[in-house]
Amino acid sequence: MSTKEKLKVLVVDDEPSILMPLEFLMRKNGYQVYIARNGTEAMESVDKERPDVVLLDIMMPDVDGYEVCRHIRGQENMDGAKVIFMSAKTKDADIKKGYDVGADLYIPKPFSTRFLIEKIKELTKS
Amino acid sequence: MNYWLVIGASFFYLALLFGLASWAERRSAAGRSFVGNPYIYALSIAVYCTAWTYYGSVGRAATTGLGYLAIYIGPTLMAPLWWVVLRKIIRICRVQRITTIADFISSRYGKNVTLGSIATIVCVLGIIPYISIQLKAIASSLDILTGANEVGRSPMFGDTSFFISLGLGLFTIVYGTRHVEATERHEGMVTAIAFESLFKLVIFIVAGVFVTYGVFNGFGDIMQQATQLPDFERMMTFDSDNGFSQWFWMVVLSMLAILFLPRQFQVAVVENVDEQHLNKAMWLFPLYLFAINIFVLPIAFGGDILFGNAGIDADMFVLAIPLNEGQSILALLIYLGGYSAATSMVIVATIALSVMISNNLVMPLLVGIPAIKNRYQNQFTKLLLFSRRLGILVILLLAYLYYKGVAEHYSLVEVGLVSFAAVAQFAPAIIGGIFWKEGTKNGALAGIVVGAAVWFYTLVVPSMVGVGMLPDAILEHGPLGIALLKPFELFGLQGMDYISHAMFWSMFLNVGLYIGVSLLSRQTSQERNQAEVFVDIFRYSTVFESSIVWKGTAYIPDIKSLLVNFLGEKKAEVALKAYKRKYPEPEDETGKADPKLVTYAEKVLSGVIGSSSARIMVASVVKEEKISIDEVLNILKESQQLISINNELRRKSLELRRATEQLRSANERLRHLDELKDEFLSTVTHELRTPLTSIRALSEILYDNPEMERADQEHFLQTIVKESERLTRLITHVLDLERFESGKQKLNLGPVQIEEVVRESVEVLGQLVQEKNIDLVVDVQHNLPVISGDKDRLMQVLVNLVSNAVKFCNPKQGRIIVSGYYIDGDIKVNVVDNGKGIDPEFHKQIFDKFYQAQNQNIRKPEGSGLGLAICKKIIESHQGRIWVESEPGKGSRFSFVLPVRVNVPANV
Repeated sequence: MSTKEKLKVLVVDDEPSILMPLEFLMRKNGYQVYIARNGTEAMESVDKERPDVVLLDIMMPDVDGYEVCRHIRGQENMDGAKVIFMSAKTKDADIKKGYDVGADLYIPKPFSTRFLIEKIKELTKS
Repeated sequence: MNYWLVIGASFFYLALLFGLASWAERRSAAGRSFVGNPYIYALSIAVYCTAWTYYGSVGRAATTGLGYLAIYIGPTLMAPLWWVVLRKIIRICRVQRITTIADFISSRYGKNVTLGSIATIVCVLGIIPYISIQLKAIASSLDILTGANEVGRSPMFGDTSFFISLGLGLFTIVYGTRHVEATERHEGMVTAIAFESLFKLVIFIVAGVFVTYGVFNGFGDIMQQATQLPDFERMMTFDSDNGFSQWFWMVVLSMLAILFLPRQFQVAVVENVDEQHLNKAMWLFPLYLFAINIFVLPIAFGGDILFGNAGIDADMFVLAIPLNEGQSILALLIYLGGYSAATSMVIVATIALSVMISNNLVMPLLVGIPAIKNRYQNQFTKLLLFSRRLGILVILLLAYLYYKGVAEHYSLVEVGLVSFAAVAQFAPAIIGGIFWKEGTKNGALAGIVVGAAVWFYTLVVPSMVGVGMLPDAILEHGPLGIALLKPFELFGLQGMDYISHAMFWSMFLNVGLYIGVSLLSRQTSQERNQAEVFVDIFRYSTVFESSIVWKGTAYIPDIKSLLVNFLGEKKAEVALKAYKRKYPEPEDETGKADPKLVTYAEKVLSGVIGSSSARIMVASVVKEEKISIDEVLNILKESQQLISINNELRRKSLELRRATEQLRSANERLRHLDELKDEFLSTVTHELRTPLTSIRALSEILYDNPEMERADQEHFLQTIVKESERLTRLITHVLDLERFESGKQKLNLGPVQIEEVVRESVEVLGQLVQEKNIDLVVDVQHNLPVISGDKDRLMQVLVNLVSNAVKFCNPKQGRIIVSGYYIDGDIKVNVVDNGKGIDPEFHKQIFDKFYQAQNQNIRKPEGSGLGLAICKKIIESHQGRIWVESEPGKGSRFSFVLPVRVNVPANV
């Protein structure tokens, strides 16, 4: 993977204590990392950076993760973008809703960073 | 006083009464009836107190002493029994539409015509003396008031009392016979009677007060002077010879009179609108009797003292004393009070008697003769009204004649007692009839006829002798010289006063014959049927139509036309509609009437023409089959079993429904609690996940990247520690809250200085405040009262509030004020910040646990979401209150108050 073709990963979470390790992790694994602390920032970043992967929290102060996902799916030229929800909401209904709005994966919190990396790699293989 | 003035006042009073009654009826038509009021009912029963009470009691007391009280003791003793006896009679009359006491007796014993007629005759004969004393009282009071001389009056047409009788008759006709259906209540009349009861009571008391305190110097003075009277000793003691038997029989007589006098029956039974009114009347009526008797003795003794043997009729003392004192206005008022007592009795009694005469004498006669029946087929209504009106005039004329012929020569009480004794003759047949199923028509007939004959012979005959209508020899030697038949010493019985003597023999024979003949004679099936229904009325009252056993063939058109004949088109239709509502089964296609319809029609007719006439009329339009007594009893038994099974079923299903309801609500409550618990758990686990996610990610990265830079490692480890603390805090809070909610949390009480609590709390947060460069002002009043509380817990509240303020105050120029002061017995503490404020919509909710978690839009970066919920619990357990005042953009002010004298469960 050359530096030129670095995949863009957008990490969205309102908890700094989660944002911080994920940012480190993504950089460590060679991704171009963008971060957003709430839904609005996330959508701005989506519009601007066109990330390949979005790690998306659901519960945020302004616009929730579902809404951000819909926004991504509503974009042209972003068909290949992968959306991974990471949420403390673990009810079946919440998970189903996540897939319904167009997620590629829904990972309940707390999760293993190793598992997360593995999944990102799988999803972006082609 | 001017004669015409008094006459004018009398007629003005009648006009007033008439106006009052019409007004009451208009109100009733407008749905605001007076008679729904138990006090009106109780007052109307006080029609018992007539001129006898008003004038006669004083006369009696002045001549014989305490004896006058007996006839008030009887009703007072009877009142508690009303619930048992009178309520039953009321229910029977309502269910069977019985409107007079004669009809009651006739109805109970198989709707027998003879029995009804005889009861009517006894009633009329018995009550006429009573009405006559009212006339006498009016006439005498008029004489006294106007100073007229009795001797100089010409008979009949020159006699004022004749015109007074006529006037009363006309008034009663206009007033009491407007509706043909006797069960239709006379609301106007009842209201007028209640007013009269009040009027006579008030005036009599005024008169009493005047005599006692105006003429004399209070009770003590009168009694003092009375001891000088020659008869005082005798009057204040029981007569040792026959005093006790006289008292006994007087009490018994009046106990029966309060139930069976036609006017009492009218107001207490026929005019009763609600059985519950008895509850009030049971104590109000005796109270009324007591009130009206308070001043009897003072007035009586006062009269004795003032007039001595001056020849003034003691019955008129109440009027004579004020006149003697020159109080003519007061005397006129007293005259009107007596007039009201007399008129109320006359009006009610004549209405009751006239209905009796028309329904139990005239109607059976008319409908019993086919020729008349056919000729007047369509005019029965007019006939009925005519006979009632005529009845009223005849009764008053007879009363007038009796007054002129007999009553004029006796005292009010002497004559009144004759009437009491007459109606007492109904007691065995009625009391027996409602409690003893075996009483028969023949028994009742024998008892009443013989009892009434003895009454006539021992009470009426002597009074006729007394006025010279019959020779003295009858009294002295017995008729034809037969000493055993002397009216005052019948069969040689001596040593009793004449009333006791008459009561003894009449009641002895009446009761004996009633029971004896009843046991020896057989009931007809119809009699048996009525006996069952009367005695067990409370079981049958709701299913009356099916509890009268009737077999035969009847056609609906016949029944309808019968009702139309007596009720008129409109009322007949109303009655049939009411039937349809109660029994909505479809009509038979052949036009045959259901037995229930026949019974119903007969009941409705009873209300108009009396039960025996109704029986005759119904029988004449239907084809009836004979039914045996066994059949009646079997059918009744079946219907009773059905009723009791039905009741049982209803009771059971009600119980079941109640149990189901309880189960459902318990279930609902449990489910709700369960939901709350689920929600709480899910929120707690959810809140645990965030710090755990952070800790796990950080640890994994640290582990996987040993080559990390030192600074990064330290930063990671610091965050892990911070997140662990957050987890700990959350767990502590959850446990805290759980302890408060389950009531396990006990306060560690001790004396608390709020100033100290505030200071220490602020110190805890001092570093944080400094870091954020916040301007924090503490302003707590010195020497605040010491309260009893849990210092650590109160500190927890303050730390929580202040740290919230730190979090939410303006990030650039934070400003927090903590103040505390004493106000209205409370200590109040405020924590004010200059943050972005809270929408009033959320002011209550923010004290709910995990409120932010459920409302993500105002989710804040840290905190368990339980802090304010715990604060609220702590303050409430100190019996205080916590709340927030805030507007968006204007900062928030969290306040709590603690009562200075708190009384909280101490730590065990």
